[in-house]
Amino acid sequence: MNAPANTHPEFGRAAAHAEKAFVRRYIFSTDHKIIGLQYFFLALTAVTVGIVLSLLMRFHLVWPAAHLPFVSGGIMTPEQYLALVTMHGTLMVFFVLTTAPQGAFGNFFLPIQIGAPDMAFPRLNMLSFWLTFSAFLCMMAAFLVRGGAPISGWTAYPPLSALGDVTGPGEGTGQTLWLVSILIFCLASLLGSINFISTTIDMRAPGMTLMRMPLTVWAWFVTAILSLLAFSVLLAGGILLFLDRSAGTSFFLPAGLVVNSELQMRNGGSPLLWQHLFWFFGHPEVYIAILPGMGVTSQIIANFSRKPVFGYRVMAIAICAIGFLGFLIWGHHMFVSGMNPYSGLAFSMLTLAIAVPSAVKTFNWLGTLWGGKIQFHVPMLFALGFVSFFITGGLSGIFLAQPALDTMLHATYYVVAHFHLVMGVAAIFGIFGATYYWFPKMFGRMMNETLGKIHFWLTFGAVYCIFMPMHFIGIAGGIRRYADATGPAYLAGLQPLHLFITIAAFIAATAQLVFFYNFFRSLRAGARASNNPWNATTLEWTTSSPPLHDNFDGRYPNVYRGPYDYSVPGASQDFLMQNMPDEQYPAPKGPSDAH
Amino acid sequence: MRTEVITDAIGLRGSGGNGANALPPGDGPNGDGSLRSGAVPQRAYVTGMLIALGGILMFFAALVSALVVRKGLSAVPWKATDVPRILWLNTSILVASSITLARSRRDFLTRDEAGFRHWWGVTTILGVFFVAGQVLAWRQLVAAGVYLATNASSSFFYIFTAAHAAHLLGGIVAMLAIAFHRGRRLDHSTATQVVSIYWHFLDALWLCLFVLLLLQDRL
Amino acid sequence: MRIERQAARATRFRSPGRGSVVTAVSLALFLILFVAATVYIFAEHLFPAPPPITSAALMVDHQYNLTLYAAGAAFVLAQLGLAYMIFRYRDRGQRAHFTRGHTWMEIAWTVITLATFLGLGIAGNRVWADLEILPSSDDPIQVEVTESQFVYTFRYPGPDGKFGRLEASLVSPATGNPLGIDPSDPAGKDDIVASSLTVPVDRPIELLIRSQDVIHNFFVRELRLQQDAVPGMVIPMHFTPDRIGHYEIVCTQLCGLGHYHMHSMLDVVSASGYTAFLKREAAAQ
Repeated sequence: MNAPANTHPEFGRAAAHAEKAFVRRYIFSTDHKIIGLQYFFLALTAVTVGIVLSLLMRFHLVWPAAHLPFVSGGIMTPEQYLALVTMHGTLMVFFVLTTAPQGAFGNFFLPIQIGAPDMAFPRLNMLSFWLTFSAFLCMMAAFLVRGGAPISGWTAYPPLSALGDVTGPGEGTGQTLWLVSILIFCLASLLGSINFISTTIDMRAPGMTLMRMPLTVWAWFVTAILSLLAFSVLLAGGILLFLDRSAGTSFFLPAGLVVNSELQMRNGGSPLLWQHLFWFFGHPEVYIAILPGMGVTSQIIANFSRKPVFGYRVMAIAICAIGFLGFLIWGHHMFVSGMNPYSGLAFSMLTLAIAVPSAVKTFNWLGTLWGGKIQFHVPMLFALGFVSFFITGGLSGIFLAQPALDTMLHATYYVVAHFHLVMGVAAIFGIFGATYYWFPKMFGRMMNETLGKIHFWLTFGAVYCIFMPMHFIGIAGGIRRYADATGPAYLAGLQPLHLFITIAAFIAATAQLVFFYNFFRSLRAGARASNNPWNATTLEWTTSSPPLHDNFDGRYPNVYRGPYDYSVPGASQDFLMQNMPDEQYPAPKGPSDAH
Repeated sequence: MRTEVITDAIGLRGSGGNGANALPPGDGPNGDGSLRSGAVPQRAYVTGMLIALGGILMFFAALVSALVVRKGLSAVPWKATDVPRILWLNTSILVASSITLARSRRDFLTRDEAGFRHWWGVTTILGVFFVAGQVLAWRQLVAAGVYLATNASSSFFYIFTAAHAAHLLGGIVAMLAIAFHRGRRLDHSTATQVVSIYWHFLDALWLCLFVLLLLQDRL
Repeated sequence: MRIERQAARATRFRSPGRGSVVTAVSLALFLILFVAATVYIFAEHLFPAPPPITSAALMVDHQYNLTLYAAGAAFVLAQLGLAYMIFRYRDRGQRAHFTRGHTWMEIAWTVITLATFLGLGIAGNRVWADLEILPSSDDPIQVEVTESQFVYTFRYPGPDGKFGRLEASLVSPATGNPLGIDPSDPAGKDDIVASSLTVPVDRPIELLIRSQDVIHNFFVRELRLQQDAVPGMVIPMHFTPDRIGHYEIVCTQLCGLGHYHMHSMLDVVSASGYTAFLKREAAAQ
């Protein structure tokens, strides 16, 4: 009835894009989908390295004197252990948890879910990815230089990190490379945030009001705002640290430091200043890591319960509240730092306050399940796992939020348990859930359900076995970042727990091989996916799997309804896609009709 | 929304949009939007610039709070760096450049191509003079024995001026790019608008930094 | 009709149907067992902290237990609630019950959660105030704690009750002056320097914690108290031990490659034991 699609100028442009050479199409691409996949595979590489590092750590904790053939010198030294700790944390927090949920899935699906052909600034997007990639190479180079990787943890507190290798091995070139990598990463994130925010504000399809955006889009949008404001501060602090290291300034270095019997000629700086700057970034950073996972969990639970998200509006507000409050609570990392104890009172109350929107989200997920028709496809299993991990990890945060308890638990394994449960597991389950959920859309094929279920069960069980015992180690006084238990005498009694954890860690790591096998095999040999294998409602499921270059083959959708209209009474099927008008009007003709 | 007012005033309407004041759903009789172009609306560039400025502001805010905290925690008395006199000249140059930029943009909007190009060039040159003046200020300080690591105040002096100058250099590059190259996606009007916003922001930022450097003893 | 056909074509994947019982039951059972195991381990205190040795530490333990009950209750209810939803609402061919939410429920659980957490926070902050903010007693025994890579050095003011001046350029462990005590300062002549911390029982103690190089920490489990040692700062820490014994001091802030074996001992002795200690050490300086 309308002009045939193939005469539309947009179609012509789409056809022209298909003619690009391999390098322009897959390497230096401005297509947000390709960029999303680039981020995805970068994160996959980083997580593999990160897991290997953690296995080496766990092995060393139980068998510190073991002979390791690939370690120079044969036996792992304490500084090598600390280098593993530092690089594991850095790679996971930056190159996995900031990269995969936002950079990979956000880039791929934000434009499609709002009905746009691409991000607002495609070339800027490409630059963001290549900067991130360069940062990764720079970070990995730290392993290869003299002195090795830095030993100051992912938090890099000065003076340990600011005086060069006089404070320890790895603090020379290794720390410099680490710092340069982080600065480049900051820049990449800032450019990415500009894209996400502008796209969400200005490129939504007609009818896509804020209150009709999928919760994934809300999450990516708020996460991008957090990134914009947090990474700017890390960039500033990182530059100051860089100057302290290489230009003789004294931002973080007081006078009178005597390191290795050498008097350091610095004057009047404050190590606490770094902590304030770092954690002002560092706390929003953990919400950057988890918010997209929360969005995906809402999406998946609604999809596979065949019900709208319970309290959609409240969920959107909760995302904003978590984002906002997240900027006010950085001091809870500094209760015993020497910070004014009165500040501790304020940070404590605000930290407990942020537990409220987090709890509300959990109740709403349970509310979405209630009265539903739950289908246990693999993405749903991971989403349910996310909820379980978030409950456990979130509640251990209640202890740490109180400075009176933090004096007992700070820097023990209790903290390690808490942040791993929320970041290292819940957020990872968010990534897994998103992968299984959107694999059909990204690659046009289905992943194997049986292998997915095996992957889920092994991981779910093993990971709880890794991190629950860490609470007990912490309460009993097991200190984090300790290379082994040969120091204080009481640590020996905790070794059985460490052994249990290490065995569980190896099982968990092995279970990921199932995922890798499933993933790469399905890329080539998975069953072909239809446009909408999950009977979902959001806009990415209206288009082909995988989507064409401009996402909608020239036919951009209009949005008539909210994002989670499942099981609407009176409808002829149990889902209504966002671009379907009221039942009285027939659905518009489109390429999806052709098959 | 403010950007709507700006874009309307210069006769620009973005395609696509948010729900509240979106274009009527498509042109087809069945209400589909199939013939809508998927191009990036010009106002997205303005939004992008405003967002970027938010990030830049946060960056400088972090440095300012570092200064305040550092000064507060300092065990030794704060020795404020004497602001080189040339900074007063540089400040006037930068303020003048904002005025000439506004004039240039006005000429653009009234289709006075020659006036636009003339004042655009003047602005660019003034910007270059500003940066050169800042370099001169650094040389004066070095000649007086005040280096980056001399004391906390001098460290912050160099950092603030260098960071600001670096951002301004970026602005100068953008101004040159607009003068000599026509963008494909970004039309001339939006480009000049976006660079103007950036330039005026950096001017205002400089004024704040300048006052901070002058009055740092009172903090 | 067209919508029906479109829907039928789009539905490539059916619901799991009967197979979902196994998954639902397994998941629910796992969560129940997990909750049971966790509750058991916590309730039985299978891996406890060592007994507290101050009344302040006892307050910390009380606050910990209060928090454990509250968080524990939430944990049990939420995880079991999840298990229940998974089991009860698995796909048995029913139609889902459409609802967009329930405003009053949202308000209710927001208010309850807020009240619970803020209540915990207020209670906890009272303990914190006692630990850190309220002034210690008038006449504590002062001991200076200097931390460096990777040792603790303790200094007592000696009979004159005054600490000698420290000078960073004088620091020289090799020649027996690890703290850099200024020899020209008479107040420092009677200072006692030791590598472990000895204090009398039932007396208020004030530690003055400082660092020579990087950030360290002072933590004794039995005190339920720790404090970072920050270079450039001297940070006080107060406690009144009420039990004689030997307790480990450990460093919890990553300070370099020797972080894991940076530790010392806190010896709480009787009053006479303390006097004897001071006499012995003074003679040995």
